[in-house]
Amino acid sequence: MSGNGLVALVILGVVAPAVPGIVVKTKSLLTGRRGPPVLQLYADLGKLFRKGTVYSRTTTWVFRAGPVVVLASLIVASLLLPLDGRAAPARFVGDWVAFAGLLALGRFALVLAGLDTGSSFEGMGASREVTIASFAEPTLFLCFLALVLSTGDLSLSGMLGTPLAAAWPRAGASLSLVGISLFVLLLAENSRVPVDDPATHLELTMIHEVIVLDHSGRDLALILYGSALKLALFGVLVVSVFVPRAGFSGPLAVGLLFLGLGVVAVAIGLVEAVMARLRLARVPQLLVGAAGLALFATILQLQ
Amino acid sequence: MRLLVLCAVPLVTALIVLGAPAFRGRRVPVGLLVTVAAAHLALVASLWTVPAPPALGGWLAADSLGLTVLTLTSVLFLVTAIYIVGHVRLDAPRSGRLFAGCLLAFLAAASVVSLAHHLAMLWVGMEATTLSVAPLVFLRRDRRSLEATWKYLVVSSVGIALALLGTFFLASAQGGLGHPLLLPDLIADAHELHPAWLRAAFLFLLVGFGTKMGLAPMHTWKPDTYGEAPSLVGGLMAGALTSCAFLGIARVTEVVAAAGLGSFAQPVLIAFGLVSLLVAATFIIGQGDVKRLLAYSSVEHMGLLVLGLGLGGVGTYGSMLHLVNNGLAKGWVFLVTGNIVLATGSATAVRNRGLVRTVPASAVLLVLGLFAVTGSPPFGLFTSEFTILRAAIDGGHPWIAALLLLTLAIIFVGMAALILRVTLGEPPAGTGPVRESPWLVAGPVALAAVVLLLGVYIPGPLQDVLTRAAVALGGRGP
Amino acid sequence: MQNTAQVVLLLVVLTDLAILGTSRLSSCIRGLATQGLLLGLLPVLIAPQLSVHAVSLAVGTVAVKAVALPWFLAWAIREAAVRREVEPLIGFIASQLLGALALALAFAIASRLPLPAAQQPLLVPVSLATLMIGFIVLTTRRKALTQVVGYLILENGVYLFGLTQTESVPFLIELGVLLDIFVGVFIMGIVVFHINREFDSLDATRLTELTD
Repeated sequence: MSGNGLVALVILGVVAPAVPGIVVKTKSLLTGRRGPPVLQLYADLGKLFRKGTVYSRTTTWVFRAGPVVVLASLIVASLLLPLDGRAAPARFVGDWVAFAGLLALGRFALVLAGLDTGSSFEGMGASREVTIASFAEPTLFLCFLALVLSTGDLSLSGMLGTPLAAAWPRAGASLSLVGISLFVLLLAENSRVPVDDPATHLELTMIHEVIVLDHSGRDLALILYGSALKLALFGVLVVSVFVPRAGFSGPLAVGLLFLGLGVVAVAIGLVEAVMARLRLARVPQLLVGAAGLALFATILQLQ
Repeated sequence: MRLLVLCAVPLVTALIVLGAPAFRGRRVPVGLLVTVAAAHLALVASLWTVPAPPALGGWLAADSLGLTVLTLTSVLFLVTAIYIVGHVRLDAPRSGRLFAGCLLAFLAAASVVSLAHHLAMLWVGMEATTLSVAPLVFLRRDRRSLEATWKYLVVSSVGIALALLGTFFLASAQGGLGHPLLLPDLIADAHELHPAWLRAAFLFLLVGFGTKMGLAPMHTWKPDTYGEAPSLVGGLMAGALTSCAFLGIARVTEVVAAAGLGSFAQPVLIAFGLVSLLVAATFIIGQGDVKRLLAYSSVEHMGLLVLGLGLGGVGTYGSMLHLVNNGLAKGWVFLVTGNIVLATGSATAVRNRGLVRTVPASAVLLVLGLFAVTGSPPFGLFTSEFTILRAAIDGGHPWIAALLLLTLAIIFVGMAALILRVTLGEPPAGTGPVRESPWLVAGPVALAAVVLLLGVYIPGPLQDVLTRAAVALGGRGP
Repeated sequence: MQNTAQVVLLLVVLTDLAILGTSRLSSCIRGLATQGLLLGLLPVLIAPQLSVHAVSLAVGTVAVKAVALPWFLAWAIREAAVRREVEPLIGFIASQLLGALALALAFAIASRLPLPAAQQPLLVPVSLATLMIGFIVLTTRRKALTQVVGYLILENGVYLFGLTQTESVPFLIELGVLLDIFVGVFIMGIVVFHINREFDSLDATRLTELTD
């Protein structure tokens, strides 16, 4: 429980809404527009917190609990990541399973809240979201497996920390493949192009956006913040795999992390500007491809 | 020197025919074909009396195994060339230069395969035989032959690729002892070869070259290809091409036998042989097309060849004798079928009936061919099949012998049903006797005479060569 | 040199998986061209010292596999005016899963086959994997052109294995092999052209007239 780690955690919490902002700004600039300011999400969150919340008569406590569970699970998950490159505030053997489980819990709560509204739009979005998740989860586990085999450590702090830095010279190929696979997972889990277009306004083409269609006011603010935090967490995963920071001093490692996060955000914006959204039937193919890369990385390590 | 000439002359002639503007047009240069074929056979005959030294630093050499296949190919090619003289008068192919060029290229490639002692060179020659025959299968340019050519190309190419992998495995097994992939060195160093690689090489080469032979279960291209290709091409393929492919398998068996891994190789060979026999027997029953029937018969005989090789002992000699007999008999029967197709337009039972009245000479030859190909005495195939049967019983495999007899019986019944159906009976109304050109009948008659002779008496030199080949393969003479 | 060769071999596997997952024929051919280029780099990277043999093999491979064959296949696509592969016989997702399985199998088999220590350790598993994936593409795709692509991937796998034997297989033979493959694909291309003309499509599953 280093001080650096906790400081980094706080900074992450503060900086998280800026990450989607960077993504949208990059995409706008690359497509020839000026786009909204990078800190737009902060303004949106502030506005939403001041607004009142409207609840539909068909909803129950599940709908009210959804956003809270999402945010809570994400905050607990962020405790498991070694943000200073060495150790996480909370670590134990097998915490990567808990990490995946917490993310799944958040998604589960969100989907239930969506179903609770009884609207067919949310139902459609829920089924799509869960289908994609059923392909994404095994991929995530395969990536973690490859990391476990490369580093020989069973805790996220080890898989993304000092043993990872030591593993790069000999397992470089596997780790690159895992990094690419995690990037694809990032795009899938956070509903970015090519899996889902966050800028679409047609409900029938949405996946994530449509589940939260009925939320308003503070609940919506919590959900938007949660999405940004989830994006940031996956970004941390990708950066940790590609840039092992165990060799750097504390503040430098944390600084590198946020710099890397920015780079990842720009990369996402680049992908969004260049690619079009895939047809829904092709999304499983993309994820199977990512799983294939992770499997390849695992096989390389099993030799 | 002679060996080099044997390979180079057909190749150069083929290139000239395919490239030179003088050969443009529909006319097939039959004179050139016959001349080259005759010269080729003359040179091969000279090899029997005056042995030739190895050429190209040992890459080309004429040992008994190669000499057998080379002679068979050369004889079949000459007979086919003479047949073509009569054939083109009745049915000229669309592009004469392609027809002749591919045939000559095939002769060159088959010569390379027979004479190659460098196993990678053997592979190159084998691939060249596949490629040179493909345009010939596609001669009629209609849907069915297109389909047949496509299947042939795809399946053969995969088989050849696997054979290449097997060749590389063999090089791995050698690992630096002696000249790489040179047969004499492989045999001399056989006991030092790495057994795991050698076993893998044997399996891949068996499957790869077995695909080219048409062993079951890699035979799927055979019925379609033999069915749609012109009959004279089918004869060359069934007689010469399959023998070259068998040569590939025999070469690796030589190495395996010398390395003492016979106990590994033999069950595999026997298994493939028996499967081929069973598949042939199953599909021959109820066959309606004579050329497809012959294709399955070819599968059966390939099975017999491999079975004899696997049984060892005198079975190896039986295989070698069968190689010769089968090649000649297949050439004979396919050419006769070609005559029938020329006369009636198709080889199916639906369109053919009473052939003995329409084309008497060819029909008689076809019926005699039926007896020959199914292994009835006094034809040569009976002797070779009996030898293989003897090997099965001597080796203590009574079940194999019983299975062999059963499948041969079934095949005889199946083939007889179709062939007798098309030859006997009344011809369809309005078809009178067709004049059969002597060019078309001479070849099959000659081949039939040889097969008959071999059933009664095997000339001394031939027996010597076949025995030496059998011994090299790990077996013994009669 | 060792590490670069390793990276190149891994990229070869990635091109295999990419071709397995794509449905656009032009992507298949581009993947094939990339693979040819990578394969052409390998003789130079693997040889202990730069020799005329290695360089000429590299040049020949690039000329045939990365330039001539993809160009010819692109011509065939233009002639036949096909753009996409229809759903293959076992589906794209299943093909990719099979490809991953083939990869695992290749590595498992390769660990059982002993090879001298000086050799590039990844060469044999990658060659076997490429072979198997080529076979998968060949057997599960409907369009005749994609089957040709599968055959070429299979040949690439065999070629990769041949690189372990550069001393044993003389240059002339390798030239012969390359020539054979070129002519083979050339003939296939002609047949494909005729298939398209005759059947008005390149769907090889339509070739079912001949049967017992």
